[in-house]
Amino acid sequence: MTAKLILSLDGALIQDYALEKERMTIGRKADNDIVINNLAVSGQHAAIVTILNDSFMEDLDSTNGVVVNGMPVKKHFLQNNDVIEIGKYKLKYLNDHVSQTSAAEFEKTMIMRAPLAQVAAQGGKSGDTGYFQSPSVIEPERTAASEVASEAAPQAASFAPPVTPPPVRAAIQVLNGPNAGKELELVKGLTTLGKPGVQVAVLTRRPQGFFITHVEGKSHPYVNGELLGSHPCQLKDHDLIELAGVKMEFFFKS
Amino acid sequence: MKLEEALEIVALTDSGMVRAHNEDSVAFDAACGLVVLADGMGGYNAGEVASGIAVSVMTAEIAPRLKKASPIEREGETGEELAVSLLIRSIQKANASIYQAATNEAQYAGMGTTIVSALFYDNRVVVGHVGDSRLYRLRGETLEAITRDHSLLQEQIDCGMISVENARHSQNKNLVTRAVGIDAELTPEIHLHDAAVGDIYLFCSDGLNDMVEDDDIQSILYAMQGNLKLAAQQLIQTANDNGGKDNVSVILVKVCREFAQPRSRLKKLLNWFKK
Repeated sequence: MTAKLILSLDGALIQDYALEKERMTIGRKADNDIVINNLAVSGQHAAIVTILNDSFMEDLDSTNGVVVNGMPVKKHFLQNNDVIEIGKYKLKYLNDHVSQTSAAEFEKTMIMRAPLAQVAAQGGKSGDTGYFQSPSVIEPERTAASEVASEAAPQAASFAPPVTPPPVRAAIQVLNGPNAGKELELVKGLTTLGKPGVQVAVLTRRPQGFFITHVEGKSHPYVNGELLGSHPCQLKDHDLIELAGVKMEFFFKS
Repeated sequence: MKLEEALEIVALTDSGMVRAHNEDSVAFDAACGLVVLADGMGGYNAGEVASGIAVSVMTAEIAPRLKKASPIEREGETGEELAVSLLIRSIQKANASIYQAATNEAQYAGMGTTIVSALFYDNRVVVGHVGDSRLYRLRGETLEAITRDHSLLQEQIDCGMISVENARHSQNKNLVTRAVGIDAELTPEIHLHDAAVGDIYLFCSDGLNDMVEDDDIQSILYAMQGNLKLAAQQLIQTANDNGGKDNVSVILVKVCREFAQPRSRLKKLLNWFKK
C-alpha cells in the first residue's frame, strides 16, 4: 500500500525505500533517510513529504538541483511512475494505491477525526488534538472503516473502468444562409446551437455517439425532415439538421 | 411575490454506474425557499439513513416555522434574522438526531453525512454547509463555487501545498474534515449572499464535481438554463458517461423574479415603537 522510491544508477537497481515517514530526506550525508554518496549530491539535497496517499518532492536548495521527468523543479506533486533525477542517480516513484485498493473502497467518502476536534475547539471547547500533520491523528476512519471495506469488496468485481469517449471526430457544416460552407468540429462535450434564453438546441458527445436535443425556444429542430420532440436523437453520418431555417449537415470525420 | 412563483427548482438523484445503493438524499420546499442535499457515509445502509435523517429533520424544522413567522424577523437573543438562525439550528438538530441514532444502534455506528442547504428569502440566499457537497452559482456566464469544501484536499490547496490543477489527481479526494452526525456538537459554515434575477444555483454531491470538470458544468448550465430539468438530467448523464463512480445528486434553483419579503407598514411602525 505504501508508496516507494526505487533508487537506480545507469539502469542498475540499487535499493528501494518505502515512504513510511511523513518526511524523508535525500542527500549525501549519513543522517539522511536515503543516502546517495556522490559528490554531485548535496549534503541535504531533497525531501519527500507524504500525507496519507499523496507525496510531494521538495528541493532543499541543493547545488545541482532536482529534475523530475526531465524538467528541473523546486517542488513537485508526485504521480505514479514519476522519475526523480539527482545527478546521475534516478529515483522512480511508485504509488499503486489505486490498483491495490478496490475501487469502491477508494471512492468512499470518509471522515477525518482531527480537524473535527479543531472545529469543536473553535466553539470554545477544549480537547483540540492539534493539526493533522501528526500521524497519530490522521486515522481517517473509526471502526466503520472495516465495515466499509468488507461491504465494498463484493462491489469491486462489478467495477467498470471509466468509459473513455470514442476517438471519433465529427462536425457539422452549414448548408445555407450567410454562413453557408462554414464547418464546426464537435470537439467539446456539448455544443450549443442558438442563443441561451431564446432558442437553443445542443449537440452532445457521449460514449455511444453524438446526440441532438431541443432545449428551449418555439421552433424545434428537424432531423432529416422529422420534427424533434423533447427526447434526444442520435445522429448518423450525413444526417440533415434544420433549425430555425438554417440547414446543417452532420458528418463523421475520418 | 410568492416564493414558489419566483423560484424554479428541480432535484434529481442517481446511484451512478458503480454503487448499488444511493446514499444521497435531496429535498426542497419551494413555498419556504428551502433546499437541502445530503451525501451520507457509513457501512451497509447507514449512509442512506444518515442523509435521510438530515433532509427530513431540516425540512420538518424549517417549513412549519416559516409558515407562521417572517424570515427577516430579528431574533431576540442573537439579533440574527430568523432565516439564518433557523438554518443553523436545523443543521445542528439534524446533527444531534444522527449522532443519537449512531450512538444508540450498533449498525449505525460511525454514520454521518454532508449537508449543503440554503434558504432563499428577501432577494437573498443564506447557505449552510458541512463537508464536501457543493453549491455553485451561475451568474451571467460565470460559474463559481460559493461553498468551500471541508476536506483535506481543500485545506492542502488553501495552504499552497497542492495546486488546483494537481488536486484533480490527488488520491486524498474522499476525506472530509467536517461531517454531520459524527460529534455531539457541530458548527456549520454559514454565508449570506445576494440573489439576482437570472442566477442559477447548483447544489451537488461530490459524485458530480469529481466526475465532471467545472468548465463542462458551466457549459451545460449556460446552454440549458432555459430548460432546468434537461440541465439536471444532462449533468447526471455526463457524470455517468465519465464513469459515474459515486452517487450523483443535483438540485437546480433558478431565480425567475425578485422575491423581496413584504414588510407591512403597521409592523414597521410597531417595531419603531419598540425601539
